[in-house]
Amino acid sequence: MLRMDPFLTETPTSVDEAVALLAAHQAAGRSTKVIAGGTDVVPNLKHGLFDPEVIVHIGRVPGLKGVVDDGGHLLIGALTTLHDLSVHPLVQQHASGLARAASLVAGPQLRRMGTLGGNLALDTRCLFYNQTYFWREALGFCLKKDGSLCHVVAGGKKCVAAASNDTATMLLCLDAEVVLQAPTGRRTMKLEDFYVANGIKNTVLEAVDLLVQVRVPKAASRRFEGYAKLRHRNAIDYPLLSVGLRVDVDGGVVSAMRCVVSALQARPHKLPCDAWIGRAFEHRQERQDVVDGLKQLAFAKCVPVKNLADDVVWRREMVRVLVQRAFDEAIGEAS
Amino acid sequence: MRPKKTVLLTLLVNGQRHEVAAPQHHTLCEVLRDKLRLTGTKQGCDKGDCGACTVLVGGQAVLSCLTLACAVDGPVTTIEGLGGRGTLDPVQDAFDKCGALQCGFCQPGMMISARGLLDENPTPTIDEIRNALSGNLCRCTGYTKILEAVLLAAAHGNDVDQSYNDMRRDRVAVSAFPDVPPGGGLLIIGQGKSQ
Repeated sequence: MLRMDPFLTETPTSVDEAVALLAAHQAAGRSTKVIAGGTDVVPNLKHGLFDPEVIVHIGRVPGLKGVVDDGGHLLIGALTTLHDLSVHPLVQQHASGLARAASLVAGPQLRRMGTLGGNLALDTRCLFYNQTYFWREALGFCLKKDGSLCHVVAGGKKCVAAASNDTATMLLCLDAEVVLQAPTGRRTMKLEDFYVANGIKNTVLEAVDLLVQVRVPKAASRRFEGYAKLRHRNAIDYPLLSVGLRVDVDGGVVSAMRCVVSALQARPHKLPCDAWIGRAFEHRQERQDVVDGLKQLAFAKCVPVKNLADDVVWRREMVRVLVQRAFDEAIGEAS
Repeated sequence: MRPKKTVLLTLLVNGQRHEVAAPQHHTLCEVLRDKLRLTGTKQGCDKGDCGACTVLVGGQAVLSCLTLACAVDGPVTTIEGLGGRGTLDPVQDAFDKCGALQCGFCQPGMMISARGLLDENPTPTIDEIRNALSGNLCRCTGYTKILEAVLLAAAHGNDVDQSYNDMRRDRVAVSAFPDVPPGGGLLIIGQGKSQ
């Protein structure tokens, strides 16, 4: 049995109480960790990757679940479970790619436990990090935890553990924003600015911050969305590679396009797609021309490293395949 | 090692109220097995991969190895609570009739997931069953008989004997069930063969 080291548990019943507790424990010099569904934090506690003195369980905070349409945005509570997100009619109608991405996270039990906020704040993953203490000690501790050496990039000074959150890939395509609550007040930021290229901690989330809401702008024109994920076991695994794609079409031409490739390194990789704005996107060949160009761009820009349990050459070859799959899904859903 | 803080938890497990003292960092799986001696809930991988520890919390199938006991909100159903006194739940009956087990280790989790599915959706398609059980790993049976068993439990509104007799008599194929893709394999109920 993988036992956890003891910790104290706080169970706040409001957002204000939660951030006040986080601030008070931090001020007293106690390390904290926020937990909701527990599907990421608990295994990491069991592996000794996190070692908080206090766990703040926010699962009983009211008002952080559910999806609301405010006219221009979908407002999604951070405690909305991934299962609820995947089947919610508003999400399926206005952000079908997000619904699909949520439906592909882990297995059914984990989707009923795991939350959107937890998925966005998911710890990065690496072949040399997500292991037991015994395993990591036997090999030699790594840069991300307890050591100073990167086992992925020889001589590397920056952690390249992979961002493995499916919903982030798609939400970046949808220009989503996140709302963070701190003791000093609430702030909204682009999801793009939420992630940083540092595998040790790949978000700007501070220890006293609570992610409370995700804002997804609704489409102003016809939209195609697709998400494709590569993994060993389609029933449960984290991505070896993931691709999110969004194409907005207005008057028969591309008016906006986003493509994000993730599970490469610590920050989801957003591809520059402005070159396709204004390109015709009505007929089959026109669409295939767009995706063919996108596949070449993705292959050139996305170079997986040996941070996950599979061959990097194969993962790179699969970049093109996944872009095509995301595209096929986007077109298939919209047509 | 930091000091443990033990708290008194009130858990409603299989319809019975339990007051149990447990450290705050213990999982529901640890409390069920070590404190309440409900060892039907299996501790497998202990990190959310295998589904052997699946229980229903508030009617939803969740992993007890990743659920902090002090965070449990809602009634818990374990494999011990699935049937009544001296009677089997239709899911258990169907697993028995189909021989949907070998070593039996995954079976409590499988049956709890199946019960969670049937409570929510009494007439699932075979794809819905596959999806609902996709978080439960079995290293022995190959899943075919497990799918048969859930189909059997669902087929006649939980009248498993009726379903079983019909299927044995008619050698009903899975393709007779709705939403099986054209050309899907023929699965003979009761014999676990696909053709």
